[in-house]
This record gives sequence, structure tokens and C-alpha cells, in this order.
Amino acid sequence: MTRMIGARILRNEDPRLLRGLGCFVDDVNPAGVLHAACLRSPHARARIRSIDASRAREVPGVHLVAIASDLGELNQPGPLLIPHPALAEPRTQRPLALGEVRYAGETVAFAVADDRYIAEDAVALVDVEYEPLPAVTDTEAALAPGAPLVHADVPRNRAARFPQAVGDPDGAFRRAAHVLAERLVIERSCGSPIEARGVAAEHDPRTGVLRVWTSTQAPLPIKNGLARIFGLPEFDVEVITPDIGGGFGTKIMLFYPEEILVPWAALRLGRPVKWTEDRREHLTAANQERGQVHHVEVAVDTDGRILGLRDRFVHDTGAYMPYGIVVPIITAAQLPGQYRLRNYAVEFEVAYTNKPAVSPYRGAGRPHGVFVMERVISLIARELGIDSAEVRRRNLIRPDEFPWDVGLTFQDGGPTRYDSGSYPAGLEMALERAGYGAFRARQAEARRRGRHLGIGIACYVEGTGIGPYEGALLRVEPSGRVLVATGLTTQGQGHYTTFAQIAAEALGCDPGTIDVVTGDTRKFNWGAGTYASRGLVTSGNAVHAAALKVRDKALRVAAKLLEASPSDIELVGGRARVRGAPGKELTLGALATVANPIRYAYGKEASEAALKLVKPRVGAVLGPDDEPGLEATGYYAPPQSTFASGCHVAEVEVDLVTGEVAILRYVVQHDCGTVVNPVVVEGQIHGGVAQGIGGALYERLVFDETGQPLCTTYMDFLMPTAMEIPEIEIVHTETPSPLNPLGVKGVGEAGAIPGPAVLAEAIEDALAPLGIRIREMPLNPGRIRELIEAAAQTQT
Amino acid sequence: MSANPVVAVRLRVNGREHTAEVPPRLLLSDFLRYRLGLTGTHVGCEHGMCGACTVHLDGAPVRSCLLLAVQASGAELTTVEGLAPGSDRLHPVQEAFRLEHGLQCGFCTPGFLMTVTAFLRECPNPSDEEIRRELSGHLCRCTGYQNIIRAVRRASALLAETQGHRGAP
Repeated sequence: MTRMIGARILRNEDPRLLRGLGCFVDDVNPAGVLHAACLRSPHARARIRSIDASRAREVPGVHLVAIASDLGELNQPGPLLIPHPALAEPRTQRPLALGEVRYAGETVAFAVADDRYIAEDAVALVDVEYEPLPAVTDTEAALAPGAPLVHADVPRNRAARFPQAVGDPDGAFRRAAHVLAERLVIERSCGSPIEARGVAAEHDPRTGVLRVWTSTQAPLPIKNGLARIFGLPEFDVEVITPDIGGGFGTKIMLFYPEEILVPWAALRLGRPVKWTEDRREHLTAANQERGQVHHVEVAVDTDGRILGLRDRFVHDTGAYMPYGIVVPIITAAQLPGQYRLRNYAVEFEVAYTNKPAVSPYRGAGRPHGVFVMERVISLIARELGIDSAEVRRRNLIRPDEFPWDVGLTFQDGGPTRYDSGSYPAGLEMALERAGYGAFRARQAEARRRGRHLGIGIACYVEGTGIGPYEGALLRVEPSGRVLVATGLTTQGQGHYTTFAQIAAEALGCDPGTIDVVTGDTRKFNWGAGTYASRGLVTSGNAVHAAALKVRDKALRVAAKLLEASPSDIELVGGRARVRGAPGKELTLGALATVANPIRYAYGKEASEAALKLVKPRVGAVLGPDDEPGLEATGYYAPPQSTFASGCHVAEVEVDLVTGEVAILRYVVQHDCGTVVNPVVVEGQIHGGVAQGIGGALYERLVFDETGQPLCTTYMDFLMPTAMEIPEIEIVHTETPSPLNPLGVKGVGEAGAIPGPAVLAEAIEDALAPLGIRIREMPLNPGRIRELIEAAAQTQT
Repeated sequence: MSANPVVAVRLRVNGREHTAEVPPRLLLSDFLRYRLGLTGTHVGCEHGMCGACTVHLDGAPVRSCLLLAVQASGAELTTVEGLAPGSDRLHPVQEAFRLEHGLQCGFCTPGFLMTVTAFLRECPNPSDEEIRRELSGHLCRCTGYQNIIRAVRRASALLAETQGHRGAP
């Protein structure tokens, strides 16, 4: 049988997208749809002295203008999605600000009109009298005594403090030959998918159905939440997430204010309503991430072996924290990465600031932790005079040490226990591909000619495929086409193809005959969503489980019709056939018809198959345990996360005059277990690497001291273009996960994780003759010039 | 559009004549998407940086979010829906993006396709440097551009083949 898993096949979803026939939320236009706009706070912190929407309501074409007092009970703070005992002071956002605004961009009023232009006219006429108050934007300053309070009832702006320890860190420091310390900063950034957010809703009073289209990564939680919020039966709420133009975590958050305001307006007006976020709104009001300050110290022996590590860090959560403390928990748990760290103490504090809320963005706390750990490796290498690759070799977890337990609880409540990996081999593969052995000669030669080359390495581990579970429905239709429906969403990962490959492998049919549906609660009603690099692990294994059940049933039905034993039947090319008996075969479609005994068989082949069953019948057509159709539902609930890994090596050249960094080589070694489709996996890595590079060299959300966001367009928030991203060279390692039937691990976030770390080491190496140390990310050319100038002044 | 004044426009889009009365402030992108239902033209930033809304105006790629519908009156427009020669065939540039996995979420893709089709008419056999420079007016958040660059090279080859077989398009 041709293996479908592992095949390099083209994507099922592409022809539609290439023709402009994708269906993104803003492409949904129910008849009579009205358009919404939001009034957003111009201040990072202000008291709302008064608010009056009467002028706005008079604008012709305006149907509704809402301020907080119009929402009544609906205007509750949003849910705390992931509570934690260490989270002492959770605060979440109301759909419309009540009394005080806490970041520039917070929703203050909401208008619905005949078109978006009129809706924007209307919100501009809402009269708000603000009393601006001092704001706090700096993460560490937020925790200092006397800092302005983001929430009046949260002392020192401290939402959470969480100390954890493994082994005996203090003892390790007592016996260390060297103790090294560093302060490291990673600045705020965001996912910024090219499709911003959007919500559309319509309510049909005849059927009672509230239908909502939203660009979420979690349609089922949205559906069930909306049912509770609006007091509707869950089965009367339909949430459809059609095509999504990238998510990267930004769209996992729920509920965004607009996800409540739009359905509310549709219910109230009896008309469909739609809101589409513009880019300025996205960069000021959608959730953001990164933003941590670390104080790390490491204890090492004379050979550069790590004895212990202590890290204290502050995590900026913005004005609200709907997602709890998941991001810093991941940072803490994943910071040790591929290294044998037996004695580890980590403590974080979470600070409110007058900035947009923080929730996971691709990498979700890992780029921060990997940046810290890999900076520590560089520090050891430099201080002890050992090559940094060698320091890594001496500290990597060996293949015979799996499962390796980091000792901390992971974000999903399960253990941070690495299931499998090939770390030393991965490092050597990456180094070899990058020509690391010959680099120092290359570097010396370049330096003689006044060019500054540097090389960097970064290793990471990514906990992927977290629970709780996903499911899938698989149904063979009489046409022979196969429906696969699962509860999570697709925002570009190629699920329509990879899930089809998994089903095709079990059913022995062409993946092109399989139609995958994601993100439509009408088609599948159970599941959580697409986040945490979990889609393939959870839904993929659920599809596999459902497909095996359907396969079993197909074999049983075929055996009966073809008068053979099920073990003699094979499924090949969309047909069931008896091994060694040419001509004794039936299509999957015919089997589907027969498996549904309703008297009516459409099509010649189906009729012929049905005819074979026509005989005097005794008893019911379905036994007590039988179900009609060639259909099954499967679920997969992972026992714990499965841990993917990789190693990136980058060679750069820094221009001392302009501060520009050119990436000359970028090598990725990665291990995501069994690869279902290399085309898709490589694409995921390419995109992740580009985001990692963006996060290292360009992307930074800057706020001034009053909390004003200074990066509100793509001219200020600089994402890399085709000019900045080098050719990315990939080497695959496949260490299957022992935890799930397919042996897969997630790969969605992987590429982005080590970007800042690898470029920090490479830039520092390039600038080593100047004695420059890299302690922050991102580093744009202006900042690199500052470091060069400061170094020049120290030397003179 | 209630009491706002309107202006008559007449334009050809994908070979079809359209006349409409539009408010002067209506963006061309919104006109295409909401008035003509051509939702393949996507809007990613509304300030001309991301390139997702690129269409051809009299054969040249333009950002439809930076033009008003009234400015396009009298013009001949092509959108992504007008690229493929038929429902059973893709344009060679579309085909090349498919073969090289040059798209993931597909949101920015229509803009890239419109720029690349115009680019390869002007520059049928570009160097990698020329390709990168041309693509740099577009943002993609999913692909890291690797496979888009490959797709442009592939499209250049496919177009050369097509022209070899059938003469200039």
C-alpha cells in the first residue's frame, strides 16, 4: 500500500485560495448586513468623567450606538480562562470600559450603521470627557512602590508571584567553581496576522439560531460561552470559523469585546451585524506578547558543566490577563530546554501595565526562556574560554536519559517530562550543515578584511500537543467522497491536507477524495481549538482513531458482500478487494450505500452492491450494537505534552557603520516526530523562522511614557519582507513520540522559538572584537549602532 | 449610503462592465469587495503597506486600499478572480504557487499573485535578487517568503513553456 503519511503531496485547500475563493470572516455578507465600528480610548489611563452618545445616534444611517451603561448585565468582566493558585489578582476586560480606561485602544463605545464609513462617523461623535491619569508602561517600574496603579485594588500592580524549585539550587551554587549572572530583556511584540480579527453575527427568530462567524482559533469554546452569555441552548448557537488569515495565538483569546458586542447587536437589531478590525485597531487593541525582564545566574564547574541555575523574572501582562499566567509558566518550564539541569530555581512576578492585554503569541513564553538559557550558554563559553558548541555538548540531555523530567508542572497541569529526542545528534547535524567547523577560519579571514562575521547556535525544546482532547467525525458518502470534520480551526497549517493524509492512509484512498472541515460547530461539536502546536497531535490522532473504526466497518461490510473473511479484504485505491481474487471488489462508496440500509441506492454500482444483500431477511437490519453508515467518531486525549526539539545555527555579518545585520546562512535542524507531510512541515518552519528573525531584529511595540502606542501602522511595526529573510536550510530528524499512535509532535510554533537566541549569539560573536554583550531583544540597526558607539567610548 | 452625496462610476472588472453610484469616499477595495462581491481582494492594513489588496488597473498593479472607487472610473481592472483562464485551469502563476507551496493561510496570496503576474510580464526571467526586491512590497506572515520566491521562479519557467507552446499570451 502506498504510504500517505510522510508523503510530499500538494495541498487540497490551495486551488480555492488561489482563485480568490477563500471565505474569510469579512467575506461573509448575509443579506442586509450592518457594519460596526468601535470607539477606542485615546489614553492609556484615564477616568471617564462623562460620556454622551446622543450626537452619534442622530447620524443618518446609524442603527445603534452603545456605551457601557447600555449593556447592563452583559458588561461583565470576561472569563478568566485558565485560573491558577498563584494568580492572586486576576483582572479581565469588560466589553465596554466602565468608569476608567486602562490602555490606549480599550473599547469605549460601539456603533452599528448601514456601512462602516457611517459607523466610524458615529463613533467620532461620541462625546467622552476623559481625565487623563499617570500611566505605567515599564514592566519593572510597574512593581515598584508608588507606581500608578492599573487597577486601584491591586497593590503594586502585582497579579501573581510564583516561585518553583527543582533539586537543590542553593547547594549547587555553594559548590560551583564559577557563578555568572546577567540581566536580560525581551521587548513586547505581537502576532499580527495579515488578516486582522473579525466577527459577524445573525439571529433568525424563526429558527432561534444565533449564527456567528469569528476569526477565532477556538470556535467551540466561543459557541458554548455565547450560549451561556445570551441564555440560549448550546444547540441554537452556531459558530463558524471559515478561512482564517493567520492566527499565531492572537486569535486564541476569548472573549474579545467585539465577540460579545457583535452578536448582542445582531440579537437586538434583528439584523446581521459585522465588524472587521483595521490594522490600527489590531496594533492597539488585539492581544500582544513577549515582554519580560530576567535576572539569571548560573553555577558551573571548571569544565563548563551547569550545576544549577536561578532565574527571577518579571512578566508584563498588560492591563488585563484573560489567559492567566500561562505564558510565564511556559517560560519557566521550558527555559532549561535541551540541557541537563538538575538544580533549578525560578520565580516570576506578573505585573499589570497600561498596555494591551497579553496572551500567547507563537512561541508563547518559549522564545523568552530560550533567549535566557542560550545567553547563559554563551556567557559560560566566554567566561570559561570554551567554544559555545562544546559547552552545549557537555550539557545536553543524552538519548538514553529519556524520559527526562524537568521537574516542573507544565501549562496543562501535566508533567514537563520529555518523551523522546535526539539532542546531541541534532546539534551535530545543524553544525555540520552550517559549516561550523570551518567558521573560525572564515571569520578570521573576514576580520582581516574589515568584515564582522559571527555565528550563533540555539537549541530549544517545545512542549506540544497539550490536552484536553480533540475529536473527529469521519463519514464515507455514497459518492465515495469522505468527510472528515474536527472541532479545531485552520489558519494556514494545511489541516485540509494532513488530516486527509491520515484518513487516506487508513482507508486506502486518495487524499484528494477527502474533504476536511474545521472550525464549524455545525459539523463537529466537541473540542478545544488550534493553539499550543496541538492540532496534528490531538485532531490528527483523533482522525486516525475514527479512520481505523471506519476501516474496520468497511472490512466487515465488504467481507459480507464479497463472501470473504475480513482479514482477506484490503482497502486500496478507494476500493475494498479480496486479496488474490481479481475482480472481487467494491468501491468505498458502494460500501457506504449498503451500510445504510434505507432501500434506496443511487448509482449503478451502489444498486448492484445493494442487490447482493437482497435475500429473505430475518430480524432487524441493524443489530443492537450496529449504527448505520460508514461513519465513526474518534477522540484523542494526550496523557501529557509531547516534546519537540530543534537546533538553529545562524551566520551573520554586522555592518559597523549602519548597524545592519545581514543573515548569511540560517540552518534549522528540527525534530517533530513522525512527519505527515514534509511540504507542510517545512512551510511551518519557514514561517516560524521569519517570525523569529522579525522578533530578533525588527518587531517591537514601543510605548511612550504616557502609554501611547508608537507602533500603530506597518510603517512603525516592522515585519520582515522577502528582502530580510534569507534562504532557510532545513535538516529533519524524526524521533517519533511514544505517547501517541501516530508518533507525531507539534511543529506550529517551533520555527519562531530560537530566533532571538540564535541571532543574539551570532551578533555578539560578530561584535566580539568590540567587547559588546547582547542582553536584549529585539536589536534594530539603531540600537546596534548605540551599542557600537557605547563600546567605542568605553575603549577610548 | 443614506444622505451622503454619490458619484456615478463606470469601469470594467475582469472583462465585465459595471456602473454604480458611490460615495466619493468609498475605497476601491471596498467597492470591489462589497459592491461587486469580489471578495478575493483582501484588505490587510488599509495603508498601502501589506499589498494584500493589489489589483491591476489598466494592467499595472495598484493598491486598491489607496484608491477611491471614483478614481478608478473609466479604468479596466483585473482582480484575482480574473486571473485563471477557466474554472478547470489555473493561471501559470497560480499553478506555480500551488506546486511550490507558496501559500499557507492564503490571505495575502491574491496580492502576491497580482504583483507577480504583472512583474513577470515586465521581467520574464528575473534573478533571485530581482524577485526579492519585487516581493518586498508585500507582507506575508506565514511562509517566510521561501516558497513564494520559489513559486516566482517556477512561474517564470511555466510561463516560458506556455509561450513556447502557444505564442505570447
